[in-house]
Amino acid sequence: MKSLEELQAIRERMKSQIQSREQAGGNDIRVVVGMATCGIAAGARAVLAALTEETAKSGLSNVKAGQTGCVGICAYEPIVEVFFPGKEKVTYVLMDPDKMRAVFKSHVLSGQPIQEYTYTYAIADKGEK
Amino acid sequence: MRERAHILVCGGTGCVSGQSKLIMDEFKKEAAALGIEQEIKLIFTGCFGLCAKGPIVVIYPEGAFYGPVSVSDVKEIVSEHILKGRIVTRLLGTDTCEKGVNKSIAESAFYKSQQRIVLKNCGLIDPEDIDEYLAYDGYSAYEKAVTQMMRQQVIDCIKASGLRGRGGGGFLTGLKWQFCLEAKGKQKYVVCNADEGDPGAFMDRSILEGDPQSIIEAMMIAGYAVGSDKGYVYVRAEYPIAVSRLDIAIKQARAYGILGKNAMGLGHAFDIEIRLGAGAFVCGEETALLRSIEGKRGEPRQRPPFPAVKGLFDKPTLINNVETLGNIPQIILNGAEWFAAIGTEKSRGTKVFALGGKINNTGLVEIPMGTTLRTVIEEIGGGIPNGKKFKAAQTGGPSGGCIPASHIDTPIDYDNLIALGSMMGSGGLIVMDEENCMVDIAKFYLEFTEEESCGKCTPCRIGNKRLYEILERISEGKGELSDLDKLEQLSHYIKDNSLCGLGQTAPNPVLSTLKYFRDEYVAHVRDKKCPAGVCKALVSYTIIPEKCIGCTLCKRVCPVDAIIGELKGKHVIDTAKCIKCDACVGACKKGAISK
Repeated sequence: MKSLEELQAIRERMKSQIQSREQAGGNDIRVVVGMATCGIAAGARAVLAALTEETAKSGLSNVKAGQTGCVGICAYEPIVEVFFPGKEKVTYVLMDPDKMRAVFKSHVLSGQPIQEYTYTYAIADKGEK
Repeated sequence: MRERAHILVCGGTGCVSGQSKLIMDEFKKEAAALGIEQEIKLIFTGCFGLCAKGPIVVIYPEGAFYGPVSVSDVKEIVSEHILKGRIVTRLLGTDTCEKGVNKSIAESAFYKSQQRIVLKNCGLIDPEDIDEYLAYDGYSAYEKAVTQMMRQQVIDCIKASGLRGRGGGGFLTGLKWQFCLEAKGKQKYVVCNADEGDPGAFMDRSILEGDPQSIIEAMMIAGYAVGSDKGYVYVRAEYPIAVSRLDIAIKQARAYGILGKNAMGLGHAFDIEIRLGAGAFVCGEETALLRSIEGKRGEPRQRPPFPAVKGLFDKPTLINNVETLGNIPQIILNGAEWFAAIGTEKSRGTKVFALGGKINNTGLVEIPMGTTLRTVIEEIGGGIPNGKKFKAAQTGGPSGGCIPASHIDTPIDYDNLIALGSMMGSGGLIVMDEENCMVDIAKFYLEFTEEESCGKCTPCRIGNKRLYEILERISEGKGELSDLDKLEQLSHYIKDNSLCGLGQTAPNPVLSTLKYFRDEYVAHVRDKKCPAGVCKALVSYTIIPEKCIGCTLCKRVCPVDAIIGELKGKHVIDTAKCIKCDACVGACKKGAISK
């Protein structure tokens, strides 16, 4: 027989799983991974897996992880975009699972974007601007 | 690992008959072929409500609402949406798609005016997985009731909420619980009435299919409140999916120790058994239902004594309908004030309706009491198909009546419907347009009740038979004007003298159609005409020569060669041969055939 504590533990565990079944509201932080052919070929699926895992681990209900199509800068895939409510979106490029975890920790959880991974940084570096 | 996409496939009876099980299998196959089966979660849910668009598939986190989906669409959904994040706009419902962009489900016309309390988990959780129910605060209400409330407090909470029985009668639920608590006796029973028999009604079925655990939890709360350790669910054998999901739910609850000798370790014992009904309409009547559980012939008996005092096996028995019970956990969790704030003064909360008939969005809707019929039909229901005019809505099934178009702005609640000569009933809502004949409708319901009458009392057994015969006479053009008065007199006699609810309400369809559509009856009797063109004996088919272009379409579909005419020449119907099958009307593109 399950005790009240055990039932509560099941509730908590399941809650993080069912979060994906809620649509993002206006006050949610949205994180999307580009999952078009270009993104997938560059390894976006592993990035998305890392993102969903981190979101689940964080237990936050206001973070919604999702996927999006091709952004148009295929050379920079995998691409991750972070939308904070009321703020300009931040586009991260050339991502991998480790970078994804770092971005989640620093940007999503603490509000500190990692400039070195962003698109603006990447093109400035190349002197393309 | 957490899955990145949740694919919810509707497993309600409507969508299952639209092959949603095969769609499930196809998703599994396609996901495996792409090696992404670990990244997605496939869930076979309960009814989403929008049955007209079924089979329905909803994919989260985007909340894309696809329907109707066929097995051949699955490959595209997986390779486009799941793999690449591109929503397949071609398959989005018109309601949930705006300028080619996916629109929030909650914002769509069908869901916007709804408020889902009883149906809150339907189409959201896997009904065969108790963990998913737990995730949505499952069994928290029972825990709260047992650990924080005294029995009387639970009953006071239900009383204060103003909840009334959703099975048809509209009796105050809290009061019923109080009577059962106060009844003397050691052994008491809690019975869930899931013998949903009204033609066109499928609210209870959908609740059991979509969220069976909520009914178990509600019965446990009731058991605690009235002091009972044993529950029965009496459900129709014609609901195989509901029965099997309820059975799974009971087994899972037992395995978790939620049902059993020491439920959830809280010291209260409760267990549930399923009893299958064999499809007799009268067994939805509570005293007949209890007799049927006892293994006897399903016949009602006189009340009082009410079941709360002397019910199943002569013991005090609390009997509630599925939808009534569905409200209980939410009332305990959110409080009586929360519930009482929804709806109208005398009808609190929401009501689930099975929307059917001449309406675009047939399906299952849950609306706050007091919502107007116009909102239900025009907004949620998406209006009448083919630009036809709304004529009347039938509520309450064979026990109810019609609400004519002139009362379309009436707020729907128990008392308003009774004042209009109809009743809430269990919640079937059948929309009729100008092509429905009201005499025919009354005849249809009387044919049903006449056949379903158990025969125990004379007014119902013989009276309804006579009512039906008079209606049949009228529809064949053999009626007399005095028949209308006879109908009325006999109806009142049957209502006043029948033993149970079946007979007491059976004449309602006759009385209400007579009240609002007397001119149609008169047309049948005096002019020998059926204005809607439904009653076959009173209809004759003719071709309007000015409209006929001689295309021979009608001639080709006529099964008895009753249409004469050459290509490009005017056609004529030989009325002696015509069997009034309506095939020519459907075939003619010029609307040249009148009846």
